[in-house]
Amino acid sequence: MKTEVVGTGSRGTRIVGSIALVLTALLLLFGLVLSPPEISQGDAVRLFYIHVPSAVVSLYIAFGVTLVGSVIYLKNGSVFWDLIAGAAAEVGVLFLGFALITGMLWGRPTWGTYWTWDPRITSTAISFVLFLGYLAVRRLDLDPVARSRRAAVLGIISFFNVIIVRFSVQIWRSLHQGTTLNPADTQMDNSMLFSFFLGMLAMVATFAWLLMHRFRLAWIEHQLEEDRLATAIAARRGEASTFNPGTI
Amino acid sequence: MLTDARAIALKDLRVEAASRVLTAQVLPFGMLVLILFGFGIPPDRRVLAAEGDVSRSVLEQVAPGLFWLAVLFSALLAVNRSFAVESVDGNLDALKLVGFDPAGIFLGKAAAIAVQLVALEIVVGIGAFLVYGPPLGDVILLVATVAATTLAVAFAGIVYGALGAGQRLRDTLVPLLLLPVLAPVLLAATRATESALFGPSSSGWPWVGFLGAFSLLYLGAGIVSFGSLLEEA
Amino acid sequence: MSTGPVVSLRGAVSLLGRFPALAGADLDVQPGEVVLLQGPNGAGKSTLLRLCAGLAPLSDGSATVLDLDLASRSDRRRVRTRVGLLGHATSLYDELTVQANVEFWTRGLVDSDDLDAVMDRLGVGGRLRDVRVGALSAGQRRRTSLSVLVARRPQLWLLDEPHAGLDAAGRDLIDDLVRQAADQGATAIVASHESDRVEGLATRVVNVVGGQVFDAD
Repeated sequence: MKTEVVGTGSRGTRIVGSIALVLTALLLLFGLVLSPPEISQGDAVRLFYIHVPSAVVSLYIAFGVTLVGSVIYLKNGSVFWDLIAGAAAEVGVLFLGFALITGMLWGRPTWGTYWTWDPRITSTAISFVLFLGYLAVRRLDLDPVARSRRAAVLGIISFFNVIIVRFSVQIWRSLHQGTTLNPADTQMDNSMLFSFFLGMLAMVATFAWLLMHRFRLAWIEHQLEEDRLATAIAARRGEASTFNPGTI
Repeated sequence: MLTDARAIALKDLRVEAASRVLTAQVLPFGMLVLILFGFGIPPDRRVLAAEGDVSRSVLEQVAPGLFWLAVLFSALLAVNRSFAVESVDGNLDALKLVGFDPAGIFLGKAAAIAVQLVALEIVVGIGAFLVYGPPLGDVILLVATVAATTLAVAFAGIVYGALGAGQRLRDTLVPLLLLPVLAPVLLAATRATESALFGPSSSGWPWVGFLGAFSLLYLGAGIVSFGSLLEEA
Repeated sequence: MSTGPVVSLRGAVSLLGRFPALAGADLDVQPGEVVLLQGPNGAGKSTLLRLCAGLAPLSDGSATVLDLDLASRSDRRRVRTRVGLLGHATSLYDELTVQANVEFWTRGLVDSDDLDAVMDRLGVGGRLRDVRVGALSAGQRRRTSLSVLVARRPQLWLLDEPHAGLDAAGRDLIDDLVRQAADQGATAIVASHESDRVEGLATRVVNVVGGQVFDAD
């Protein structure tokens, strides 16, 4: 049993990667050049074309994949789905971190502050920590099966936690309607909407591309682990040959 | 399942009663947190209350939030303790060996934590009234809030305690996992308590409903998942 | 009740993390046997016992205990309740009394007269009942733990260094208990370094080395 040394690239990743690249180039063109600044936000609106898509991709697509992978893993113990769930959460946390940073960069010129108790920002920050915790559990020093099972339970609960957090923060802030500019009120013309749409597509493609690479890396690690295990079992069995019953 | 839950709950409570960790360490910790908030927040500054022309001290205004923060921090200690007593001498394995139902273990541990939390809330609550001096408004709403929050913290606490059970990083892992999960509970409990103290009650009840729904969700999650969480630990 | 082997391992692998504590163990134990496991430290004796108790994972190979399949989660749960494992840990609550501990761990499934008799026999009856376990000596803890095992009347006894930490009387007592259980139809697997002592008791001796089981010659 010998693992072929391969990279994480494949035909699939190259195709998806190319699509992501083209979409990102188009997004740059439309988002930065061909679309006008917004009436009240000015050029800051351009951050939206990457900020909102990265948050949506992370919270709903990435963590949704983690949810699905975790459920399937608990049902049939498939390592494939366990690794998919972990890879999606990792890329999801990356996207969510990106969304948080771009959100704060947008808030500074628009609201005059990096942080505000806006329901979306607040709940996004908490969701970010929730999934950091999930990643921490995936790295626990436990029996691999026990760890995967705990992670799967946590992956499922965490998805619902994201919804609960969002829901609660939303009610809370709706009771204290502030004077802040609501991102949902942004006035968009067609070229801006198109840029936003491109941003969505580019983020989804980039997510898929990163997910594939991260998963393939995890899969290679898993195979290496299996090989090492075979070696470890052979070494363990070898202990018997040097054993002399007289020494007990 | 319920017989097992009863046995586990009684056992946990007896262990706590004998060790006096709750009374000797967790309670003083909760009270200490209350006092420390007074150092962090200027006690003499006054603010205009949201509902009109009343002015209150800042501490009085934020008393509900401070109280629940103190309870949450103390609850973390209690949750850790609940699993520490099982891991010192391999008792988690023994619980499986003698055939306790995982759902029963979950319910029993949650019940024991809930009882301890209520004791804690009563003492720290009295402390908070004395130290921050808020008015006592709607008592029924206050009691309902305390009950719903206690269940929410107990159920979620035990689920997350089990996630960290039987391994070295438990002390730091459980707070990292549990605090963001309890953020909505803190929010809801604080708003409901504000309504109970300063009025109007009508804006507090939806939050109690939210806390009840949260408790039910984690009750279900615990019953379903505890077997998986404890299985190969 | 079937008359097949009580324990049957075929190429059983048990991983502790990434370490194969058992690396393809084969073992058959027939009803009524008392099998002595011999082997150096770290050979896999404890893991073998924990595997048979349904606690250590069965990572590869096959294993049945009391006709239940250790690869199945629900069977594993049933196995756990039918075996008695005395491991390195005593699994007691320091804060509770001997009596409270024994009652909790027997879950009210044992007749209280039986329980009293067992506790007296193991020397943890009488005034020791109301002593907190935290105040006991290591030997007394072990006796308390053992009284839970005896009272539960397991079909398979899995004893890991049962003589460790016991006085001479305690060691003799263990031997008596195992002999008596075997007479009553139970089966026992005992890991021990005190081969001289256990050899008189055992019906068979096997060597555990490198995570495997070999017949002793």
